[in-house]
Amino acid sequence: MDSTIEFRKDLFADERDDNLKEIGKPTIRQDILGHVTGRTPYYDDHLFDGMLHMRAVRSPHHHAQITSIDTSAAETMPGVRKVATAKDVPNNLNTLLALIGFGRDDEPLCAHDKVRYVGEAVAWVIADTERQARDAVAKVNVSYNVLPHVLDVEEAIAPGAPVVNEVYPNNTFDYHAKYDHQKLRFGDVNAAFARADHIIEAEYQMSPIEQAPIETCGAIAAPETNDRFVCYTNTQALFFSLGTTAKLLDIASSRLHFVGGTAGGGFGGKVDSVVEPTAVLGSMLTGKPVKFAWDRYEEMQVGAPRGGERWRLKDGVMNDGTIIAREFTGFFDSGAYMRLSPYAIIKGTGHLPGPYTIPNVASNVYCCITNRTPATAMRGFGITAVDFAIECQMDRVAEAVGMNPIELRIMNAYRDGDIKAHRRKAKNTALIECCQVAAGKAGWAISADAAAQSSLVGGGADRAVIPETVTDQEGRIGERRQGRVASTSPSKQPTGRVAAGVHGETKVAAPVQNPDMQIDADRIGHKMGASDAVLPATPVTPAVPIAPRPAAPPVAATPVVTPTYVAPAAAPIAPTPASADGRKPYEPKPYARSARPGSSSFTSGYRRR
Amino acid sequence: MAKTPITFTLNDVEKALFVDDGAALIDVLRRGAGDLTPKQGCAQGTCGACTVLIEGVPHLSCLTLAETVDGKRIDTTGGLAGGPNLHALQDAFISGFAAQCGFCTSGMLMSAKALLDANPNPTRDDVIEAISGNLCRCTGYEPIVDAILAAAARLQGRSA
Repeated sequence: MDSTIEFRKDLFADERDDNLKEIGKPTIRQDILGHVTGRTPYYDDHLFDGMLHMRAVRSPHHHAQITSIDTSAAETMPGVRKVATAKDVPNNLNTLLALIGFGRDDEPLCAHDKVRYVGEAVAWVIADTERQARDAVAKVNVSYNVLPHVLDVEEAIAPGAPVVNEVYPNNTFDYHAKYDHQKLRFGDVNAAFARADHIIEAEYQMSPIEQAPIETCGAIAAPETNDRFVCYTNTQALFFSLGTTAKLLDIASSRLHFVGGTAGGGFGGKVDSVVEPTAVLGSMLTGKPVKFAWDRYEEMQVGAPRGGERWRLKDGVMNDGTIIAREFTGFFDSGAYMRLSPYAIIKGTGHLPGPYTIPNVASNVYCCITNRTPATAMRGFGITAVDFAIECQMDRVAEAVGMNPIELRIMNAYRDGDIKAHRRKAKNTALIECCQVAAGKAGWAISADAAAQSSLVGGGADRAVIPETVTDQEGRIGERRQGRVASTSPSKQPTGRVAAGVHGETKVAAPVQNPDMQIDADRIGHKMGASDAVLPATPVTPAVPIAPRPAAPPVAATPVVTPTYVAPAAAPIAPTPASADGRKPYEPKPYARSARPGSSSFTSGYRRR
Repeated sequence: MAKTPITFTLNDVEKALFVDDGAALIDVLRRGAGDLTPKQGCAQGTCGACTVLIEGVPHLSCLTLAETVDGKRIDTTGGLAGGPNLHALQDAFISGFAAQCGFCTSGMLMSAKALLDANPNPTRDDVIEAISGNLCRCTGYEPIVDAILAAAARLQGRSA
């Protein structure tokens, strides 16, 4: 078979070994013989004598208090071995990223006080056959007191919205122990908007997407010798699943023998480690092999999708197509529990403003809790949706200034050596080359100048400078829910300024904006002044003409710049008196043990110690 | 629970089993007869991963009552290879990268075999029609269609 892959060997020639033996040639998958003969062992291909079947009783409501669970009728149904509820789960609260110390425990394996989304498990039945388990599930009598629910991200963070998950009473993840959103501040977008020739604003809404693997999530657990349990599973995250199971069931991980590695499709939808602890629990409670698998309905309703996202973009653009400012307001629909969504936002924030060099960027992104199915990983999650919004926006910008959309992208593309808004230098950039190849493939004419551009040339120098950056204190935890902050977009009222600098590894002079940054100042990568002559004293003329940048920040004059951060007036959120209707005022909860603040309020990045 | 005795021929081997009333053929094949090659993806007749041949005709074994196959011939991917040699379809799926996770592959191969048995020289549209009931979420369908056409050509002694 001939390869249809075309290689641009002129690109990145010095970074590639041309003596490759495999790339570009058809290679036989090592597991495909098993696939075509049907011998590949998926989790459900492990047979056990006397295996029991476990099914969940699921919430029919978006949001409801559980007032009673009557299992007596189900327990007398034919074949039923055990009916289990939350009280059978030894440690019934976890968050998926607890294993790396991220976030507070916020999700039970089995709902006990209330249900927060349609399909949430409230009890399980374990029976001899799947049919018997289904019949008994229908006999579990759960009484609910239905609560008001919220399904829209912006309604969820408005004052007066029902609190979905009491662990996060703002209906948002708490970033850096202070903010109800993840901030990114780079330069001064409002000053740039004021001098821009065009302001282009638009909103983009992406739906949740179900990964829909052909094999649904499932696991079989069975007692092993030496008081251990074996668990055959199709998880995409074997050690996450093992650690999560050990924590929820409060047993030593050495008592768990997990076998995985073969999944009938996953695409991110098999990392949430729900079926494994459930199956092992079933096996612990019965002493028998137990299978717990979602049927197709559960895969679609209960299986965590890629979360829906809403993005508002505002660009400040000059007549020649130069984008001088870009502002983002983003809302992730995390569903009822956090799982991976707060992490996805940090990843996405590091990606902003997309593969472009824009000297003024600001972003507020909210991880919103709603009464929807919890969201999880799916193929580039955190990046994919905002990239779609960014590229739609680029076309709108091209239309507004009357430019060829591909030339507009090449003009604003990032290049090697440019500083990104999260204060890391860009390297191995290739947007320009991608645009050039795409234009060629599509027969889309671009100018000779655009065709001559290169990611390797014209970056760095003044484009490597971190501009003087305005900061603000808006959006502290609880403020929004009390109605004190109406706008969700980045603040127009700066409370501080951080002097310009460059990306640096020494980091000794990083300005400390806030006490919580003190411990993490070494992570910022923002070096004040320039001891190693990265900052140009005079404008550098690039070897190849590039799009003119707006004036570089005035950093060249003084070799060392003293941080000029102005502390905001102390404004602690005072407890508000009980309102007239007697309702207790909102009070933010202090951080739990497992939650750790992030690095700073104007950079992203999260690192394990 | 009442049991019904049935006999059928599975990949040239005679089987005699007692089956529960209302049991689906896929459960009887997998748990009763021990043939794990049909896969269950939906249990509602939409994904095609459980496709088997009954008297040479593709059927969804998740929707087929086991008692209805009494006395009939059933073929699955477990019997596709003739002894040590792979079937042309299996060879073509391997060389054409027509499987990724592999979960749809057994059903895909059965639909393809039924097509080639009935129509040794299918057009591309014939192939697309034949596997229209089999969902794949990994590779896309192009490599699968190509592989089936390549297998048809090889069985006819042509080059694709």
